[in-house]
Amino acid sequence: MRITCPTCGSRDLHEFHVLGEAEQARPRLSGDFDSAAARAAFTDYVYARRNPAGPHDEYWYHGPCDTWLVVRRDTRSHEVHDVRAARGGDRP
Amino acid sequence: MTGFRHPSKGLIDRDKPLSFTFDGKSYSGFAGDTLASALIASGVRLVGRSFKYHRPRGFLGAGHDEPNGLVELREGARREPNVKATVAELHDGLIARSQNRWPSLDFDLLAVNGLLKPVFAAGFYYKTFMWPASFWEKLYEPMIRRAAGMGAASGLPDPDAYEQASAHCDLLVVGAGPAGLTAALTAARSGARVILAEDDFRLGGRWLADGGEELQALVAGWANELTALPNVTVLSRTTVAAAFDHGTFLAIERVADHHAVPGPHQVRQRRWTLTARRVLLATGAGERSVLCPGNDRPGVMLASAVRSYVNRFGAVPGRKAVVHTATDDGWQTAESLLAAGVELVAVLDPRNEVPAGMEGVARRTRVISGGAVIGTRGGKSLSAVGIRHGRASEWLDADLLCLSGGFNPAIQLMGHLGRRPVWSEAIAGFVMPEPAGGIRPIGAAAGIYGLREGLEQAIAGTLVDLADLGFAAQAPALPGLPDTPSGLVPLFWKPTLEDSGAKVFIDPQNDVCASDVVLAHREGYRSVEHLKRFTTLGMATDQGRTANVDAIAIMAHLEGRPMAESGVTLARPPVVPIALGAVAGARAGGHFRPVRKVPLHPWAEGLGAVFTDVGQWKRPQYFPRAGESDWQVTVNREVTTVRKAVGLTDVSTLGKFVVEGPDAGAYLDRVFATRPSAIAVGSCGYGLMLREDGFLKDDGMIARLTEQSFLVFVSTVHVADVWRHMQFCRQVLWPELDLSLADQSERWAQMALAGPKAEAVLTALLDEFTVDAHSLPPQAVREATVGGVPVRLFGLSFSGERAFEIAVAARHGAALAARLMDVGAAHGITAYGTEAMAVMRIEMGYAVGSEINGQTTAHDLGMAGLMDLGKDHVGRVLSQRDELMRADRPRLVGLIPVDPANRLRGGAHVLGRDGPATVDADLGWITSAAWSPTLGTSIALAMVKGGPDRLGDTVRIWDGMRGTDFPARIVSLPFIGRAEGGKDA
Repeated sequence: MRITCPTCGSRDLHEFHVLGEAEQARPRLSGDFDSAAARAAFTDYVYARRNPAGPHDEYWYHGPCDTWLVVRRDTRSHEVHDVRAARGGDRP
Repeated sequence: MTGFRHPSKGLIDRDKPLSFTFDGKSYSGFAGDTLASALIASGVRLVGRSFKYHRPRGFLGAGHDEPNGLVELREGARREPNVKATVAELHDGLIARSQNRWPSLDFDLLAVNGLLKPVFAAGFYYKTFMWPASFWEKLYEPMIRRAAGMGAASGLPDPDAYEQASAHCDLLVVGAGPAGLTAALTAARSGARVILAEDDFRLGGRWLADGGEELQALVAGWANELTALPNVTVLSRTTVAAAFDHGTFLAIERVADHHAVPGPHQVRQRRWTLTARRVLLATGAGERSVLCPGNDRPGVMLASAVRSYVNRFGAVPGRKAVVHTATDDGWQTAESLLAAGVELVAVLDPRNEVPAGMEGVARRTRVISGGAVIGTRGGKSLSAVGIRHGRASEWLDADLLCLSGGFNPAIQLMGHLGRRPVWSEAIAGFVMPEPAGGIRPIGAAAGIYGLREGLEQAIAGTLVDLADLGFAAQAPALPGLPDTPSGLVPLFWKPTLEDSGAKVFIDPQNDVCASDVVLAHREGYRSVEHLKRFTTLGMATDQGRTANVDAIAIMAHLEGRPMAESGVTLARPPVVPIALGAVAGARAGGHFRPVRKVPLHPWAEGLGAVFTDVGQWKRPQYFPRAGESDWQVTVNREVTTVRKAVGLTDVSTLGKFVVEGPDAGAYLDRVFATRPSAIAVGSCGYGLMLREDGFLKDDGMIARLTEQSFLVFVSTVHVADVWRHMQFCRQVLWPELDLSLADQSERWAQMALAGPKAEAVLTALLDEFTVDAHSLPPQAVREATVGGVPVRLFGLSFSGERAFEIAVAARHGAALAARLMDVGAAHGITAYGTEAMAVMRIEMGYAVGSEINGQTTAHDLGMAGLMDLGKDHVGRVLSQRDELMRADRPRLVGLIPVDPANRLRGGAHVLGRDGPATVDADLGWITSAAWSPTLGTSIALAMVKGGPDRLGDTVRIWDGMRGTDFPARIVSLPFIGRAEGGKDA
């Protein structure tokens, strides 16, 4: 498997580390961290996954350039449709 | 003796005779032979015994499709079992032995299994050896393995070297037959980077057997041109064995297998990782036989294989031949046999017409249209072929039966990517309908068997791929090609009421017969996947190349369904068996994984340290001195010296991350459950790191160097994971925070100086710096120099004693440690290792990886009070879940045995009551244990349900592994009082 890092170009799988689904946003709380709503939001964030058969956004880390990426990969064919830096494209 | 060497035919070098032995008998062949061709030319016909029934077997094929000719090569540590003789390149002095026979190939006692054939039918093992279960491991399996054994591994370390290599190209061409050579040439001339990989030791593929002198000259010219071009890499003796996603391939190059022993500094095999933008699959097609009773007798061969032996090697497998063919290609074999002077007894063809161009052959032999083989005779070698035509049947004297039932495109590599082939009625075979995964089958691999049509398709496909890759290319001029007929008709064996096919061998290597398919059908194992598993069809080292399609055809017939609906099983990688040595490459023995040495390694080595593996690190475990009888004595002495005087140990393996920037404090407050932003400049604080699910991830000290600069220490084994996590927090979770991260883990050597005399030793070490509670209080971080070299001092303790950690540039680490030992000698300093460090941290009740193991929370470890709940941080919300706050969760406590003679050990269970050791009596387990020389007793840390609420209770320590069961008392932590500056002070 190969992934095209936006910084380094096409690289082999061995340089990457996968974290998992990248389709959930960490809830932003303003206090009351122990409310039922806060717990429900974080439970969703930590445990609920879409796990689709098809295109899937995933977090991958490219070690040589210390960059977290969002890789859109088709879970059926392993085809990679898109790779972008997770923070929006600028070099960390 | 039936086979012989033709006086002139073949691409062998008759000026280079090679001698070899087979089962101890000497033979000779020529350079350019395979072991199989040399044996055939030497008249050897019986080469193996079958797997289950020990039936005598000879060669069926001439390549990787060979199911019978498995041999052991070489001797001693270089002995290699299960090599197909058909692909073993002959070399001088080669030693080969047959397998799976006892006591000898010629006289095999276990051939009695053949008489028990009705018993050993498909599913036999599953049905017979199910009961009683305990018999399987002790009796059945060893027995079956002895009877049905393959060759044996040497059992000795592999003396040869292997290596791995990588190469990238625009176009990878797999196979250097007619299509592959043409495609490679087309691409090479366009300037594209081309890799041409050929399994054989010679380029040319089918042209080596079928081409005349003109074609051989053409192949040689093309090969020379390709080899000379700088943009082309030609890898011969190289099997592309597996395909992975996105144009990545595994290939094995047999660098020195054609020598008895690799040359000096030469590797035996090289494992390639090939990366290609596009791939042309020119792997050709493998022939399948015509199934008939008695078809496993030595002398029954694939027609195309016979042609290879005759034309390429001048090794003629018989003197009187019968050809049974459903393909025009089989007629070419008939023609070649005639040209080699073999008596061609008859050609049987289900078709009524002689293929165009073969009229001359037909005139010189007996053509039996619609004829079929109904049996064979001969003990260990074919002597007669029974045929039926119309209502008549007769026996024909013959020692060679050539079978051609059709071809299977060699598309295994595309199957590795999960691509399913489809049935083509036109060629009676499974083909890949279109290019997929960047791989395009060309020529025979695409199911195009006519030479001219195949080459035209290959060139057209190559031009399309090259255009996609941005290369302008032109079709090469093709030579004048003979018109080769390539017609065929489907011809599959059909079971009848009279004959279910008990003597019709489909998969000779696994002894699967047509009757086994009938049985599978009767018992309901009808899908191709069930058929495979029930009968073991296609599960041998040839992956059923000659077998699968025939078996599927029989099942399709029994089911009354078309082939197109049956489908086919996909072959797993690798395409051919590969040596484990090549997979390991250079990563064997001491090179299995990297060894990381701390900067203090030479210092510790000089003191005679015993090292232990911590991840990839070598860490000093203890420092034995003369007269110390075992490690426990040494560790006791090290601990006692630290507690009473002073000791020095290495802590360089800790991760050291610098977090710097205006928002560094705010960032760390979100990463850690504590509040690092509250740490004063020039001071250290303890950090607890959680996962988002609320469990502990890691812990460590944090030093604040300046207002905007923090140094975070990370546990040795978590360095890589915590680094990624901290980058994730920065890049993904809170990209708006302004800070940077730098990993300085290996820039610094760091050592801990601990004990009541530590202040004095450190003062003696430093330039103009008197260490006391004022100048360097617990938790402080200061800068100083030693002989002008800057050092960083931390008032940190992991032992409970007054202690310091001293950091210096890595290159000065060993020298600084040696200097400390010098100035500490007057104070009785000792070097100590990870063992003594562990004893002291258990005495102090500090949690490490055994306790922070991914299943525990701060609450569980008694550290909930250290969390700052007034802010959002990773794990803040879910760490407070009711279930994680329960008092009866397993929580950290200390244990001391009631009887000091008893020894606590890690992994023992803590039971709450007398009686049987059951799960409901279980209260928890011991996570860490040590002998405390300070207290004179065994001590342990344990996770015990509701532990802190049971202080003073007596519990049972039950260890089923070691057979111990004794009482111990639950105590609070730490075991001993602490000096200030501790990890959780």
